[in-house]
Amino acid sequence: MKNISGDQISKIQVKDLNLWFDTKHVLKDVSIEIYEKEITAIIGPSGCGKSTFLRCLNRMNDLIPSTKIEGEILLDGKNILENDIDPVDLRKDVGMVFQKPNPFPKSIYENIVFAPKIHGIEEIKKDPKTGKEKIVRRKPTKEELDQIVEKCLKRAALWNEVKDRLNKSAYDLSGGQQQRLCIARTMSIEPEVILFDEPCSALDPIATAKIEDLLVDLRKDYTVVIVTHNMQQAARVADRTAFFYMGDLVEYGPTKRLFEKPEKELTEQYLTGRMG
Amino acid sequence: MDTKIYKRENRARRYAEGGITGILGACGILSVLILALVFIFLITNSIPFFQSVGLVNFFTGTQWDPFASEAMWGVLPLLTGTILVSFVGAIIAIPIGLGCTIYLSELADSKVKKILKPAIEILAGVPSVIYGLFAALVLSNWIMEIFDPSYRLNALNGAIILAIMMIPIQVSVSEEAMNAVPRNLREASYAMGATRWETIKSVIIPAALPGIIASIALAIGRAVGETMAVLMATGNASQFSFDILTSVRTMTAALAIDVPEAAIGSLQYQGLFAVGLLLFIITFVINLIADMVLSKYQETYK
Ligand SMILES: Nc1ncnc2c1ncn2[C@@H]1O[C@H](COP(=O)(O)OP(=O)(O)O)[C@@H](O)[C@H]1O
Ligand SMILES: [Mg+2]
Repeated sequence: MKNISGDQISKIQVKDLNLWFDTKHVLKDVSIEIYEKEITAIIGPSGCGKSTFLRCLNRMNDLIPSTKIEGEILLDGKNILENDIDPVDLRKDVGMVFQKPNPFPKSIYENIVFAPKIHGIEEIKKDPKTGKEKIVRRKPTKEELDQIVEKCLKRAALWNEVKDRLNKSAYDLSGGQQQRLCIARTMSIEPEVILFDEPCSALDPIATAKIEDLLVDLRKDYTVVIVTHNMQQAARVADRTAFFYMGDLVEYGPTKRLFEKPEKELTEQYLTGRMG
Repeated sequence: MDTKIYKRENRARRYAEGGITGILGACGILSVLILALVFIFLITNSIPFFQSVGLVNFFTGTQWDPFASEAMWGVLPLLTGTILVSFVGAIIAIPIGLGCTIYLSELADSKVKKILKPAIEILAGVPSVIYGLFAALVLSNWIMEIFDPSYRLNALNGAIILAIMMIPIQVSVSEEAMNAVPRNLREASYAMGATRWETIKSVIIPAALPGIIASIALAIGRAVGETMAVLMATGNASQFSFDILTSVRTMTAALAIDVPEAAIGSLQYQGLFAVGLLLFIITFVINLIADMVLSKYQETYK
């Protein structure tokens, strides 16, 4: 498969992924290749395992004790399911935006600087004696935090709306603004991949349109995977679309092809609304 | 016909709702009213005492002995007794309680939780005389061995037993507050690469802080008002001292001990109301401070 811009760089390769919650087999032999700086949409009826699949990509399912997982997920060629991968580090490369906007009950500013404050800022320092270079972490300065806040809010197209009230509670924002704040907050960790789990399902059409514009814009810098139950949304924003049904990846391909000429009977039934 | 029935039902429901609102409102007003009555009752009964003994005498005297031939009315030894025992108790209880809460709500697996939670609730309901018994007969010996105090029953003994009584109250209330922090806030934190501990420290505790503060205020209020256990634990010698290893008498203990001997309407009787009034004001102030901390916190974070 060719990348939309023609350069065909694979970012994530999922191979024979199986997942169980206790004895419930939720993902069945899923194999899929996700390309860098594209938007990949996951569609399918509710309960088919879309969110669960997405949460494999940043190992959020690790938080559920009954999870059992088999297979491989290669991120830039490295299997993130290996024991030696720390999910805490993984999640700094793979950000996530949730279904319901979930800002912290803190100010707008504090929401954005949450992760930079925790993780600190990486600096390459030369040892004056040995001359060796090493990475050190230090606390960010106030100026650095201010810069991060401005950069992230601008990137999430929220800066103009909130720049005069950064110290106001994030809860004073509208739902759409809160969701863009959550997107800005995710950018503060400088991820390479951003996962979106139905980010517009709690928003009105105008707020949804803004997020969709933002998604298309993010594609320049990030690899985006988005779960949506809204087929039109997938059609509007996604380069490729994957259709899941009862834990199986039924069909995967360029969005236009999949919507216009689905190869599988099930996909066609779903797209034409003859199925839940 | 149909519309008529609908209208009647509607009106009935409105009456029912109005009635419920009325009853609940009355309960609220009643509780405020009772509070006001208790306060007025304490004031009117202690006014004659302050008139004859004087505020200065009461607040600066260092001896409390209402039944001596030359009665002494200094509340200071009782006040320091209460403060020493409750606040040292609180200093011991608060960090341990917070630790227990974090363990119980965030770290313990569900099986351990199923046993610990009811156990803590039972501990919170054990009659205080049992704690007093334990303090007087067991804890005091341990303290003797470690600190070798000149009094077997002393303020430290009372403080520790109060701490033991405060912890379950604090834990059961603040654990609920931490549990109530929505899952999606935890997920937001984890999704940004925060560790479990960072999530607890930077998300869960701040979000649950109002409940945690309320639980601490509740526990301190309980400690200040606790009578039986401290009475049994502290040795009951009314002396003005800040030494944690001496015997003390708290305000509550003084009330409990002196009430049976005070003839109704006598100066002793009125003096006890003055002590009661002071106790009432202290607990009131503790709650007020908790409220102020809360509203300040909510201003900055909500
Ligand atoms: N924590 C969990 N424990 C057990 N079963 C779960 C859990 N989360 C999801 N499931 C089950 O896994 C299946 C897939 O869920 P999900 O991935 O949320 O579906 P979708 O996002 O496509 O609606 C559902 O049948 C759901 O009931
Ligand atoms: Mg879902």
